[in-house]
Amino acid sequence: MNALSPIAETSIRAPSLEAIGMTKIFGPLVALDDVSIKVEAGSFHALLGENGAGKSTLVKSIMGFYRADQGQILLDEEEVSIRTPRDARDLGIGMVYQHFTLVPCLTAAENLVISRADAPTVFDWRKEKNRLEEFMDRMPFKVHLNAQVSSLSAGEKQKLEILKLLYLDQRFMILDEPTSVLTPGEADEMLGLLGEMAAKKEITVLMISHKFREVKAFCDSFTVLRRGKFTGSGDAQAASVEEMSKMMIGDTQIRERAERTQHNRQEVVLDLAGLCAVDGEGLPAIDALNLKVRAGEIVGVAGVSGNGQSALVECLAGQRPLSDGEVQIHGKPFEPKRADFDKFKVFGLPEEPLKNATVPRMSVSENIAFRSFDKPPVASLGWWMRPGPMRERAKELIAAYRVKTTSPEAPIEDLSGGNVQRAVLARELSGDVDVLIVANPCFGLDFASVAEIRSQIMEQRNRGAAVLLVSEDLDEILELADRVAVMSGGTITYVSPIEDTDRNTIGQHMAGH
Amino acid sequence: MNEGALVTVLIAMLGGAIRVSTPFMFVALGECLTEKSGRINLGLEGNLVLGAMVAYGVSYLSGNPWLGVLAAGSSGLILGAMHGYICKLPKVNDIAVGIAMMSFGTGIAFFFGKPYIQPTAPRLDSIPLGDWTGNSALAQALQVNPLFFVGIALALAMSWAFANTKWGLIVRMTGDSAASARAMGVSVDLVRFLATSAGGFLAGIGGAFLSLYYPGSWNEGLSSGQGLMAVALVIFARWDPIRCIWAALLFGAAGAIGPALQSVGITSGYYFFNAAPYILTLFIMIASARSKAAARDVPGELSITK
Repeated sequence: MNALSPIAETSIRAPSLEAIGMTKIFGPLVALDDVSIKVEAGSFHALLGENGAGKSTLVKSIMGFYRADQGQILLDEEEVSIRTPRDARDLGIGMVYQHFTLVPCLTAAENLVISRADAPTVFDWRKEKNRLEEFMDRMPFKVHLNAQVSSLSAGEKQKLEILKLLYLDQRFMILDEPTSVLTPGEADEMLGLLGEMAAKKEITVLMISHKFREVKAFCDSFTVLRRGKFTGSGDAQAASVEEMSKMMIGDTQIRERAERTQHNRQEVVLDLAGLCAVDGEGLPAIDALNLKVRAGEIVGVAGVSGNGQSALVECLAGQRPLSDGEVQIHGKPFEPKRADFDKFKVFGLPEEPLKNATVPRMSVSENIAFRSFDKPPVASLGWWMRPGPMRERAKELIAAYRVKTTSPEAPIEDLSGGNVQRAVLARELSGDVDVLIVANPCFGLDFASVAEIRSQIMEQRNRGAAVLLVSEDLDEILELADRVAVMSGGTITYVSPIEDTDRNTIGQHMAGH
Repeated sequence: MNEGALVTVLIAMLGGAIRVSTPFMFVALGECLTEKSGRINLGLEGNLVLGAMVAYGVSYLSGNPWLGVLAAGSSGLILGAMHGYICKLPKVNDIAVGIAMMSFGTGIAFFFGKPYIQPTAPRLDSIPLGDWTGNSALAQALQVNPLFFVGIALALAMSWAFANTKWGLIVRMTGDSAASARAMGVSVDLVRFLATSAGGFLAGIGGAFLSLYYPGSWNEGLSSGQGLMAVALVIFARWDPIRCIWAALLFGAAGAIGPALQSVGITSGYYFFNAAPYILTLFIMIASARSKAAARDVPGELSITK
């Protein structure tokens, strides 16, 4: 393998790849059932499907992480045997994962050089740097070579991952939801550049996605999986979004979205005044943030991941101390402590609920009781806890919120993502809610769960709760929010009623312009 | 205290820094290598004590102290390899294994070391670097054992290798992100096994210095926890081999305060000053735990940071 071969000026080098009859069984679960996919040389192919549809299993079988139980893989129409990720690498098949595989403590240059199979035993850094700079000059996008990876933004890391594939001369690229960490502008730029390279037959791209907008804008063909089975493929430009989404979700009933009701309540409920907090290294994570949320209003906080949204939610949930500023609810100071959460009726649905809102190994019923275990009827005298009423209440809520669990006693970590989310919603929304703080509520959920959870949030708004919705999914904000605020560099840089703004304007503010 | 006494104390501290620091240096460099690969070996105290015993025994039996040094290193290598192998098994906690290995190493050292407490073994020679000064105290302070220079050379070599060699990058990668290392086809367990073994080898050599040079005899109270403090020292040095050397010198100098003050006639608080390195350990741990820079330098895979 020659990692330094010229990339740009060469002729047709993109490989085609075909997987035929792929089957993979994990114990009782058939993760892949006789799935075939054909990716033409130089195409930009989208692999669509809901969570758990088998997309990851399919690409991991192609990459050699799993051995498929049946099926064969043809690369440029010749059968190849891929037993390990190393075999895939040697064949020129590379993948960019959702979680990055760059080493945080190494620099960009070190990460690139060490990834080479023929990395020298002792590095001549001057020579390597010269070669890397030459390579970088030929690339459509650049990353600063001497920067430590831990200091790069998510977008830069994503670019560096793709550069790494090109550096290793891997011309069949599998991208796993590559744009989830990018601004709309960055995403369009990156996909556009990859699309151009594919059109010139320099690379072939297989992209896992569930954003129809991107598939329509950049892909030329697609394959859809549902519950481990192939459900359709075709020309991405010719097929309509309705056709594609029908293939993805089948006949599943999607709950009607709750309507937005009009009301004239104007009083400010949640008032964030000059909030400041620092990150683990003492640098500002949020910086003089001001935002007001009125009763019966959803304020959507948009922004590229890593601009302080997580820190903001952590501050409001009491997971991170404020270094300055004050949170007021109904004009009274609010401390993120249990007593104040009860007093002001503040509830929350943090991102990654399994990590941030539950104790994974405790049972579903215990997790549902976190708000009520120290109050009647579960507790008497403030300390005597009775498991009976707790289990009864949990059963009611499990039924009301349709949480799929084997029993109320099952550890909550055994539940699927959507059901964990529903269990937390059951706990947080079952009472009287004045303030609701929600972060990325639908991340990684299937269509049915997404519709249901968004409806629940909308219902709380209609009942008069002040809702702060922090989301990295701009579509979610455009759908739910009454007002949109953009967070960039740890502060709110733009606020507008939803009817006075559009995707482009918001995107520009997200990028910091 | 008059000026002459102050000079005496300072010279004694310099001598102490050079003499006492060497075992710290070797254990700390060994631990640094192990921790860079993403694993903590708290058992290096065991390697140190066993190394001291083995070095003394082999030197006594063979008459060649350098053979003793090599044997000490090998005994440390075996203990390190055991730690590395056990930690590879599923669901094993490296800290618990380290504590067990510490007891195991000191235990077998005491068991096999009984016959060597009385006899006198040939000791390592030192290089007189201070004779030209004409000052006997200074000349004595500058009697330097070659292992001291080996330690410094080793730190420089490690520091260079971490930045400039494939193996150095692979060790750092394994220590910072095991998932990335695996995705690159690196065997994380193998890298950690080798790093732990090599770290154990260095700690064993540190032990040889204790019994064959300073204090220069074998007894059961020889190490008095130096191996454990060296582990703390790595945190203080923020996983940088060169800083490990500076930290070891500082510890050595602190350890010499007590005897030095006694030699100029200050006897009150003798035990307190003898405890200086231990007190220093405490303060260093408190200070470094608060340090933001330490949080950035710590290898991401260490079980204490996860």
